[in-house]
Formats: sequence, C-alpha cells, structure tokens
Amino acid sequence: MINWPNFVSQCFNGLVLGALLALISSGLTIIYGTLGVLNLAHGAMFMLGGYAGWVAYTHTGSFIVAIVAGALFVMLVGVVMERAVIRHFYTRPHEDQLLVTFGLGIVFVEAVRFFFGSLSKAVPPPPPLLGITPIGFMFYPTYRLALLGIVAVALLALYFVLYRTRLGMIVRAGIEDSVMVDSLGIDVYKVFMLVFGIGAMAAGFAGIVNAPVVSIAPDVGESILVQTFVVVVIGGVGSFPGAVLGGLIAGEIISITSMFNPGYAYVMLFVAMTLVLVVRPYGLLGTAGRE
Amino acid sequence: MTRQRPLLIEALTAAGLIAAPFVLPYLGFTPTTVNRILVWGLFGLGFDILFGFTGLLSFGQSAFYGTGGMVAAYLLTVLNFPHVVTAVFIGAAAAAVVGYLIGLIALRRTGIYFAMITVAIAEVFHFVEFNPLSDYTGGENGLPGVPTPGFHLGFATVNFDSDSRLYVFLAFWYFVGLVIALRIVRSPVGAILRAIRDNPLRAAAVGHNIHGYKLTAFVVAAAYAGFAGGLLGIMQGFMPPDAFVFDTSGQLVMQTAIGGAGTLFGPLVGATVWLYLSDFLQTTLHLGATWKLVLGVVFVLLVCFLRHGLIGGLADLARLLTRTAKRYEAPESDARPVSASAVAAAATGAPVVELTPSPRRPKPVGDSSTILRAEGLTKRFGGLVANDGVNFSVRRGERRGIIGPNGAGKTTFFKMLTCEMHPSEGRIEFEGRDITGMSVTEVCQLGLTKSYQVNQLFTRLTVRENATIAALAEKRGPFHLDLLRHVESVEGLTQRVEDTLNVVHLSERADLPVSDLAYGEKRRLEIGLALATAPSLLLLDEPLAGMSPLERVEMVQLLKSIGRGRTMIIIDHDMDSLFELVERVTVLQEGRVLVEGTPAEIKGNAAVQEAYLGGVHAA
Repeated sequence: MINWPNFVSQCFNGLVLGALLALISSGLTIIYGTLGVLNLAHGAMFMLGGYAGWVAYTHTGSFIVAIVAGALFVMLVGVVMERAVIRHFYTRPHEDQLLVTFGLGIVFVEAVRFFFGSLSKAVPPPPPLLGITPIGFMFYPTYRLALLGIVAVALLALYFVLYRTRLGMIVRAGIEDSVMVDSLGIDVYKVFMLVFGIGAMAAGFAGIVNAPVVSIAPDVGESILVQTFVVVVIGGVGSFPGAVLGGLIAGEIISITSMFNPGYAYVMLFVAMTLVLVVRPYGLLGTAGRE
Repeated sequence: MTRQRPLLIEALTAAGLIAAPFVLPYLGFTPTTVNRILVWGLFGLGFDILFGFTGLLSFGQSAFYGTGGMVAAYLLTVLNFPHVVTAVFIGAAAAAVVGYLIGLIALRRTGIYFAMITVAIAEVFHFVEFNPLSDYTGGENGLPGVPTPGFHLGFATVNFDSDSRLYVFLAFWYFVGLVIALRIVRSPVGAILRAIRDNPLRAAAVGHNIHGYKLTAFVVAAAYAGFAGGLLGIMQGFMPPDAFVFDTSGQLVMQTAIGGAGTLFGPLVGATVWLYLSDFLQTTLHLGATWKLVLGVVFVLLVCFLRHGLIGGLADLARLLTRTAKRYEAPESDARPVSASAVAAAATGAPVVELTPSPRRPKPVGDSSTILRAEGLTKRFGGLVANDGVNFSVRRGERRGIIGPNGAGKTTFFKMLTCEMHPSEGRIEFEGRDITGMSVTEVCQLGLTKSYQVNQLFTRLTVRENATIAALAEKRGPFHLDLLRHVESVEGLTQRVEDTLNVVHLSERADLPVSDLAYGEKRRLEIGLALATAPSLLLLDEPLAGMSPLERVEMVQLLKSIGRGRTMIIIDHDMDSLFELVERVTVLQEGRVLVEGTPAEIKGNAAVQEAYLGGVHAA
C-alpha cells in the first residue's frame, strides 16, 4: 500500500486538512486571545456551518450561496452567543466559562439532531470542481485541490483583517492587554462581540467548505474540537501564526500516520503535543503569560 | 468547623445509604438507576477533589475510568482472576499509575491549557482502546461476562448477584470512598489543595511544592475513577467501551457542576438529578433522543444562574437566612476596626511572641552576622535595565529600609531577593548559601519570605485557614503526603496559627472569610501569612500602601512589634513612618544604589533630595 504516489497524495491530504485546522484554530485562538474565553462550543460552530450551508444548498442548489449562508449564519450565532451569554462570564472564573461553552456546545449539537436527525448529510461539490485532476504522476480529487485554495484565501482574508485593518489592530492590542485598550476609550465590548462573531465564522466557513469532503453529522465537530486544541497547544495560545503552523503540523501528522494505521493518528498527535509541551511549554510561536 | 462533631457527616451518609433503597423506589428510581448513581458518585468523589478543591477542571477523566474498568474486567474475564474486589483494586492502581504519567504532561500547564490537554488525552485513550488495543479490550464490543462478587463466609456464601444485593456492595464501597475523601479533604494536603485553587502563586510563595500537590490530586482522582470503572463492569456484567468516550468525561463534569463542586456530595447529587431526569424524559415523557437537549439547556441555565450548583445554592440560602438573623442580634460587634488594647500593648513593649522555626530548617552556613548579601544584581527586561549592578548586604537583626522614586527598581529588586524572578547577572547569598536560581518555594523553606505590595491572600478561605496554609509549609516542609491525617494534629500548628493571628491582631476575626475583612485587616493578614512561615528574614513590600492615616499608625506599631528580634527589609514611600521603623536606609535610583546610611544621614543628603524633588530644594 505504501508507495510513492500514495505517500504524496497523503501529504496533500495532510495539507488540506492542515489548512482547514489552521482556519478553525485561528478562530478559536483569536477569541481566546482577545476575550480570554476558551470556546468549547467551537466544534459545534464548525458543525453548524455545515448544516446551515446544507440547508441553503438544498433550497437553492448553489454552492456559493451555501458557503455564504453557512459563514454568515455561524457569525450571527457567535454574535448572539457573545451578547446573550458569554458577556456575563468575563468576570467569572475560567472554569465557569468552560462549563457554559461546553453546555452550549451540547445544546447546539442536540438541537441539530432534533431538527435534522442523526443521519449524515452530504453536500456535493459544485459541478466544475467534480472529478479528478492529474498532477504530475498522480491524480487528485479536484475539489480537494480547490479546497486548499479556498481555505488559503480565507486564511489570507483573516490575516488581512487582523494585520491590515483598524479592527485587527485593536484585536491584536487586545490580545496583549485588553484593559489598556478599554482605557484608551475603545468600546471593547463591541470589539469582543465582533471578534467572537469572526472567530465563530472561521469555524463555520470551514464546516461548509469541508462538507463535500466529509459528510456532515451532528457530532462532526467533536473530533475537530479535539484536533483544534492540539493545534493551539502546539502553536501557542493567542497566536495567529502559531495556529497556522500548528494546523499544518497536525494535518500532516494525522494524514501520514493514517497511511500506516489510522488507529495511531491520535497517538502521534498526542506525542507531538507532549514533545512541544516539554521543549516549549508555551507553544512553538506562543509567548509566556497567556493563560 | 466539624471538629466538635467529628463523625457527623459520615454518620448521616451511612444513614442515607441505608435508607435510600427503601425510599428511592417510591420516587420513581429503578434499582439499576440507584446503583448507577452510586458508581457516578464514587467516580465524582475523586473528580471533585481535583476540580472542586484544587481548581483543576479536567475533561479527561474517562481515560482513567475506562482504564481501571478495562484492567479489572480483563483480569476477571480473560485471565479468570478469582478475586473480584482485588481485581477492582488492581484496576484502580493501574489507573493511578496512568494518571501519574498523564499528570506529568497535563500539569505542565494550568488553566485552559490544562483543560485542552485533558480533552486531547481522553480522545487518545478512546482511540487506543478502539483500535490498537482492541484485541485486549474487545474494541467496540467491550468485555462481556464480568462476574459479580461473592464471599465465602465458611458457613454460607454471599453473592451480590441481583440489583438490590449489588446495591449493598456498591453502597459499601461508596461509603469507604467517601470516608477516605473526607479525610483527604480535612488533611493538611486538603488545606493546601484549596490554597492552590484560590491563589497558586501565594501557595508556592509560602513554601509549598504546588506541582507535587497538584499531581497528587490528579492521581487521587485517577484512582477513584479507576475504581469506579471497575465497579461499572461488575454492575453491568460487562465492561462497556463507551466508558472511554469523551461524553463520559463531559457527563461527569456536568453532574459535578449541577450538584455543586467542592462539596464531595455534588457529583452524587448531580448524578441523581441527571439520571433521574434522563429516565423520566425518556420513559415517561417519551422524548427519545431529545432528553439530552433538555438536559443541556438545564445545565446551561444552571451554570448561568446557580454558580455553585444545587448544594451551593442551598448553602447560600441557608447562610443568607442565618446571617440576617445574626445581624439583628449583634449589630455592633462586627464593626470594631481593630483591637485598641492590642495596639497599645504592642506600643508599650508587651511580651514579644517568638515564632521559632522548626528544627527541620537548615542552619546558617559560615559567618552568621551577615544574613543577606547580594553582589552585582542586574535585571534587564529587553532593553530596559531595572536593576544595574546592585551590591547590598544586611546584618542579622537589622531593620533596613529601601526607598527610591517610582521606577527606581525597588520591587524588581525584592522579586530577585525572594527568587520570584531570576537576575540577569549577579548572585545572592542568604545565611551563607548561594540562593541564586532557586525557586521561591525553596527560598521560603530556608527562611526568607515577603509580604506582597498587592494582597495575595486565599480569598475563599477564612483568616485562620489562611494562616494555617502558611504555617503548614514551615511545619511540614515543601511536600509531604499526610493524606489521611487531620490538619489540626500537625504538631505545633495550632499554636503557630494562634500566635501569628495574635501578632497581627486578627484573633477575633479568625473565623471570618477573607472577603469579609476590611482593607487594613487584609493588609495585616498579608503580613501574617509571611510571618506564619517563621522567616528569619522578612521582606515587606510597601506595607503601608493604600492605608488611611489611622491604619498607618496602627501598622507602624505592628511592624515595630514584629521587628523586635527579627531581620526585616521594608520598602515604602511613607518616609516619616519608614524612618521611624528602620535603622539604616538604602536609596535606589534608576536601578542603582544612590546612597546608604542612617535615617538622619539620608534626610540630610543632598543627592537624595535631588532624586526626589528634582533639585528644587537643594541648597
């Protein structure tokens, strides 16, 4: 089974998965960095994006509409969630924040199960991206190739928002010191709400663009959440470049290990995480003091 | 608190466990549900020690629950091991060993990192159980045929083979688990775990090896989880693989939060509510899979509005009622700011309370007239030089003041002396030992500690408990596993706590929670925490900061009484008070020693006046 084309194609799979994880983890990490809240419902955001997109797709038949609907819906969910619940938890202990987001995650998953059932749903890729494309000596599914591009564009867009806009400047300042930002006369609550929405949207967007590759089910976000955590621990909490680097590393580890034995994918991921924790406890690109 | 009626909780629990099988069926609980509640409750005892008492929220307990259960079930089914209870204990031991190894990794970080790492661990164990180890664990099928326990009593054989008989077996082990957990919670280790939950920084600073204690709590929780996992297999007659899934960890966390963390009974109460509701929603209301949605909503609402769970809510209610009553009885006794007689006594030179360190502390090395010597201490933060080549030495018994304008590097200098921060260059010698590079815990154990500029107290504990935490470190050393001993049985501890509270005039407030103290009282307790470790050198970082003029006068008297026969270094901006307290003064400016001398010399020094006033008054 293990031959050269197979290996290269697995590396490609790893790249696609890694880019996807990078996008989801960026969402998680900018929320944590700015608001100080670890969103355990982040996996559910991924799942909600897939379902919102699927609903839009079944009604319009357009993949583009599905992507837009999935991303916007999850952003809305994020904003409402921040406004209605999370805001009241900023002054409460970290443990309470973990508990409430964990509970919300369950509510989202079970609500989707209630409305759409437990059976998985599939969204086909748009017709131009069907089939396989020859690259060099191997063939690769066209949509996956396109997915790599789509996610890369989304990551670049996120980078642009974070590093080239006024909002991004406030967010990055907030990651360093949100009290200081507040005292500069910037309405941090408005920023927090927006950041939560954008962070959730990153996961939701990933959820819908991944739907043609892996069909969606209510609990699809659970394993994504775990992988996202590993990515963030490896890359460093609150670091956007760390999330991207960690995502790519995790994606490759999962894909390459799966080529030999899928059962060990998580073990290898865990080994990598342990190594990072031993050698660089704050993550590859993280800095001390962000806990 | 429970000292007067030492076995009350145990007795009430025993009575409850005996009554439960007669009462609960009338409330709609099936015998199977009651047994499951007990297993979850036992699982939760350990988890509550970890989460409720130590403040470490783990989402990975399923790993240990599954490990303990699988080891026990494997022994009993595949290897035909004959002793059921022994197998469960072996399972618990295996879980504890795994917990130790995992704890070494997970506890490298705290807070949300710890939570994320435990989530990942739970998932890894789940996958390992399902794939690489499926030959041993039965993979998706689990291990069927786990036998029920039976005992040969010579004349008869007792088999716990029906639900009601199994109840007796499970209730017995729950009771044993509870008694042990209560002892742990009431032990010195239990007190330190609570201190770690409230303020890990200070717990380490008063001389406790907090990493060791956190690891202990983690291992205890893993052992409980493993034991409960073993009982799960026995109860169901088969070891289900879903013990390993993440949902198991999640359910445990939710049940504990629903019942109330930090109470030991929270998980049991939470499991009762959870399992009852899930039975009720599924069988009576025929909601099918929707029950989990309903429970999820209930959980979210509970976390939002009832912070300390059901037990915490009831306790708050009870406290509210009794407090209102008390306030009507004695409106004035609480308002007295400070014991005036105590201050007067201190001022007139009342007997000095000696807080002698225990014999375990290492003796000074070599020349003992100089207690502290710092050479060429330099600290750089990037381009900023906070301290630059500071040379400093203090004689034994001396009271030294450090002054300097804001930003002179005073606090950084103190942080280096107490090893909270390591110098970029230079070395520090305390009682003839090189302490450069030591941890703050090690240095405190040697007899050097500090009271903080900003209060670092254990805010959820009482005044007495606060002092106890600090005294324990000195009495027991940095790490000691006296898990089953009552905290008050530590030799000389009660005396040390009483003496300390006397010195800082807080004896009358000893049983109040810290959050009820006035600011000046908190400030005195801050110093009390440092004193309770019986330091031979005490550093005080702005002890007068933020105090009212009256409080200042009291504090100066207090510091005078403490200072008799003790070496102290004090930083403060209130120069009149400071000059009254100390024998010599060191002036820091821009990270360097500007001048050193007696208060009179410093007062008249032109360079000092210039440093503070920009030379306006220089004449």
